[in-house]
Amino acid sequence: MALAFEPRREPSRAMILAAPVIAVVATLVAGAIVFTLLGHDGLKAVYQIFVVPLFNPYRWQDLLVKAAPLAIIATGLAIGFRANIWNIGAEGQYILGGLAGTGVALLTLDVEGFWVLPVMIAAGILGGMVWAGVPAFLKTRLNVNEILSSLMLNYVAIQLLYYLMRGPWKDPMGFNFPQTAMFSAAQTLPIAVPGTLIHLGIPIAAALALTAWFLMTRSITGFQIRVVGLAPNAARYGGFRQSSTVWLALLVGGGLAGLAGILEASGPFGQMVPQFPTGYGYTAIIVAFLGRLNPLGILVAALVLALTYVGGESAQTTIGLPSAAAGVFQAMMLFFLLATDLLVRYRLVIRRQAGGTPPAAPVMAKNPSPSPETRRIEVEPAT
Amino acid sequence: MTTALFISILMTIAAAATPLLIAALGELVVEKSGVLNLGVEGMMLIGAVTGFAIAFTTGVPSLGALAAMVAGATASLIFAVLTLSLMANQVATGLALTIFGTGVSALLGAPYVGITTATLGPIFPAALASDPIGRVIFGHSPLVYLGLVLALAIWWFLKHSRAGLILRAVGESDSAAHAIGYPVLKVRYLAVLFGGAMAGLAGSYYSLVLTPMWAERLTAGRGWIAIALVVFASWRPGRLVLGAYLFGAVITLELQAKAAGFNLFAPEFLASLPYLATILVLAIISAGKGSVRTAAPACLGQPFRASA
Amino acid sequence: MFNTTRRRLMAGAVTLVAAVSFGLPATAQDGEKKDKVKAAFVYVGPVGDFGWTYAHDQGRKYLEEKLGDKVETTFVENVAEGPDAERVIRQLAQDGNDIVFTTSFGFMNPTIKVAKQFPDVKFEHATGYQTGSDNMGLYNSRFYEGRAVLGTIAGKMSKSGKAGYIASFPIPEVVMGINAFTLAARAVNPDFETQVVWVNSWYDPAKEADATKALLSQGADVITQHTDSPAPLQAAEQGGAIAFGQAWDMTSFAPNAHMTAIVDKWGPYYVDRVQAMLDGTWTADNVWLGMKEGEVEMAPFNDKMPADVKEAAQKIVDDTKAGTYEVFTGPIKDQAGEVKVPEGETMSDEDLLKMDWYVEGVKS
Repeated sequence: MALAFEPRREPSRAMILAAPVIAVVATLVAGAIVFTLLGHDGLKAVYQIFVVPLFNPYRWQDLLVKAAPLAIIATGLAIGFRANIWNIGAEGQYILGGLAGTGVALLTLDVEGFWVLPVMIAAGILGGMVWAGVPAFLKTRLNVNEILSSLMLNYVAIQLLYYLMRGPWKDPMGFNFPQTAMFSAAQTLPIAVPGTLIHLGIPIAAALALTAWFLMTRSITGFQIRVVGLAPNAARYGGFRQSSTVWLALLVGGGLAGLAGILEASGPFGQMVPQFPTGYGYTAIIVAFLGRLNPLGILVAALVLALTYVGGESAQTTIGLPSAAAGVFQAMMLFFLLATDLLVRYRLVIRRQAGGTPPAAPVMAKNPSPSPETRRIEVEPAT
Repeated sequence: MTTALFISILMTIAAAATPLLIAALGELVVEKSGVLNLGVEGMMLIGAVTGFAIAFTTGVPSLGALAAMVAGATASLIFAVLTLSLMANQVATGLALTIFGTGVSALLGAPYVGITTATLGPIFPAALASDPIGRVIFGHSPLVYLGLVLALAIWWFLKHSRAGLILRAVGESDSAAHAIGYPVLKVRYLAVLFGGAMAGLAGSYYSLVLTPMWAERLTAGRGWIAIALVVFASWRPGRLVLGAYLFGAVITLELQAKAAGFNLFAPEFLASLPYLATILVLAIISAGKGSVRTAAPACLGQPFRASA
Repeated sequence: MFNTTRRRLMAGAVTLVAAVSFGLPATAQDGEKKDKVKAAFVYVGPVGDFGWTYAHDQGRKYLEEKLGDKVETTFVENVAEGPDAERVIRQLAQDGNDIVFTTSFGFMNPTIKVAKQFPDVKFEHATGYQTGSDNMGLYNSRFYEGRAVLGTIAGKMSKSGKAGYIASFPIPEVVMGINAFTLAARAVNPDFETQVVWVNSWYDPAKEADATKALLSQGADVITQHTDSPAPLQAAEQGGAIAFGQAWDMTSFAPNAHMTAIVDKWGPYYVDRVQAMLDGTWTADNVWLGMKEGEVEMAPFNDKMPADVKEAAQKIVDDTKAGTYEVFTGPIKDQAGEVKVPEGETMSDEDLLKMDWYVEGVKS
């Protein structure tokens, strides 16, 4: 009697939807256990973080504000991940987007006009795209692994931010503190729902996710991206060039990360400060996976992760849970998702004999999380 | 520059380079087997907190270092199970491990903040280290020597031992290795656990030698530099030693220059040098040998599936 | 591009608000007494940092001890400056806290924003320079008075006449500290030098340790810091130099090197403010307290300190408390040799709060 994993013919639709749910539930259970072992009230911790904020109308706004940048960045990353382009540089692209927009803002601090903010946002998107363009160039021309090149650039971006804050962009009226001047009213992201904290970035995030979903499932480019990820050789035969996909994936990822950056800078921050990098670029990777690389799933996943942040904070005051708890929950969620993800592509069977027919090699050798909409392309792996 | 200053700088370079070297050596073995573990930073932090906690509780720093290795290996086991047995995506799992390690170490370390413990002191008799030259040779913490010995051992292992050959085969072509009959998954498991132990040990260097204390995020991103180092060194142990000491020098000299009052380059530029240098080297080595062949193990990052 | 009117107006407004906060007495609040006060604290770092945040948390614990069940306290740690801080502060206000203490400069703008939205909650911000509404107050501590004591000890005990200063960011508070230290040291040894290394972080133990080693190798034999970890002390101990603790007594980290420390004593101030809430007499204020009021204290002097050094240091403490010693009294020259403060004059608080130049002897 042996347990074995047998590949499914098609990704199980039921599991595709169930896997993230199972992952979150497993996280709650495991989290409760872990925290109880560490001396806290585990059940209460889980309750405080995941349940309480959902029933507090004040917290809903906080959730939306926190989820928006995560969703925007994750949408961009998901597009790349589908094509097997591992953009780990979202954090740096987010920073560059914020910086580019800030640069425009500092030049137009005293200028009135409704065009100021859109120009800042455009600059932010461009900034992120430029920063992502470097790993794209390195990959297409020099075959450099994009994971490492984009990752290294994160640190360079942080140093660039520090340099600008300490030097040229420091607010002359700011008592020498390393930060820029506050943005003017024309440069601040407007509130979408008056009387709340819901700024324009939130509907933008939702609109972007919907657009991305639509494009990924209905357009040729979306098809191209998915095929390149699922079966690179078939893609080549079909005329989709790998290099154009790399550029597309990285530029979109970078552009969206940059957009998130300038929206955060002009909205919640209202200026540029050295504390600007908050790790959204990395958390967005978790969001992308938890949302199964599907823009609609990403919207939900972003809210779940926002919950860990917001809930984690209030848990500090209500039950004294340390601030590190949020990160532990986030990581556990990703662990469990990655584990349950297996059940999407494989089926657990109990074999009578220990040495039965070995399972056939599954066709999707490289893609981590297939989209629910595609049919798998049956192609023999190239020799 | 006086001799004393020169010696002092050399000592600091060795101290800065050693944790990078040890963690990178571990990751090198892991990557040679075809697995990409980005969770080095998380494993280093877990090692750092465990090492400190055990050293403080038992009063014996070397026990702390051992405990750190065990802790690092245990953390890497999560990664191994997910990526090797459950065939999860290695990049995502590694990142999750980093975030997990950061959080768990902070949680576990909370009771240990604000205290200090005995450090892993020099192992050679103090007399040998009395003059400047003696200090440079004999005055280091044992982990410095361990790092160099380890590099030599790993070089020999990979190049001249049968087990090392199997490891490399698994990393270059896992399906071929499997066809020959090598236990691909077992080899990778062992490699990942070794990498975890090394990362844990490297982390303990920070909490037991460099600054004998625990604080959240003590390693401050050095785990990522270790990952970069492996690529920088083209997956060769000898070059890894050079690279680690080079990075150690860049880190040290940035502060030395500031301390001496040199403000030629913006400090932020100096701080970003290791990362820029890595990108440059990546570009050179990836492009140099044509678009397909690189120095990286061919199966790096791809899950292994047994086929008929 | 040019210094336009709006910029000048903004600058004028800031100065005006600062002047108002400083000069004129604030308007009285509605004096409703309370039986119990809910006080919340927002920390930028971990309570275990054994430095800045630890000191504030000790103050919070002192508050709980002193006022017993008339006060209920909570805290949130590791709050990043910026929008996260705004969310936390707002949440604390929504949760029914009566007074919120925000303990880092970077919380200033978020506190101003939230204070405007919650006029019935009181806010107090540490080390800031402006408020936006009359339910927000500012408080600060004259850390530089402690620096003068450290400088005196350094000047007397240093054989090389050179000190290493591990500093975070060149903000006025840090600059003040460096200058006070150097002025006091030079009063003992006119050729004393202070070499500053900027680590661009409030808390980075590895970097602080490396910076210390670098300074030691460059000839400094006294180490002092304006960063929050005990790492410089450890490195100083290893290197045989003397050093000083930051914000709290850090002797446990360096029994031989740790001569004394500047201890931030926030407790009495917190008790004072919450008591005012209980009595219904709280008003928005802008206070800058020092040794006289007990907000700045020195940790016990190390036994290894020679008797004459202890005496000199104690004299500075006593004279500061008595008001007869002010470290920022002229003549004070800057790095270029220009006289910035003429003989006999004392620098005003406003000038101190904007300080962005260094005195002679500082190598920045």
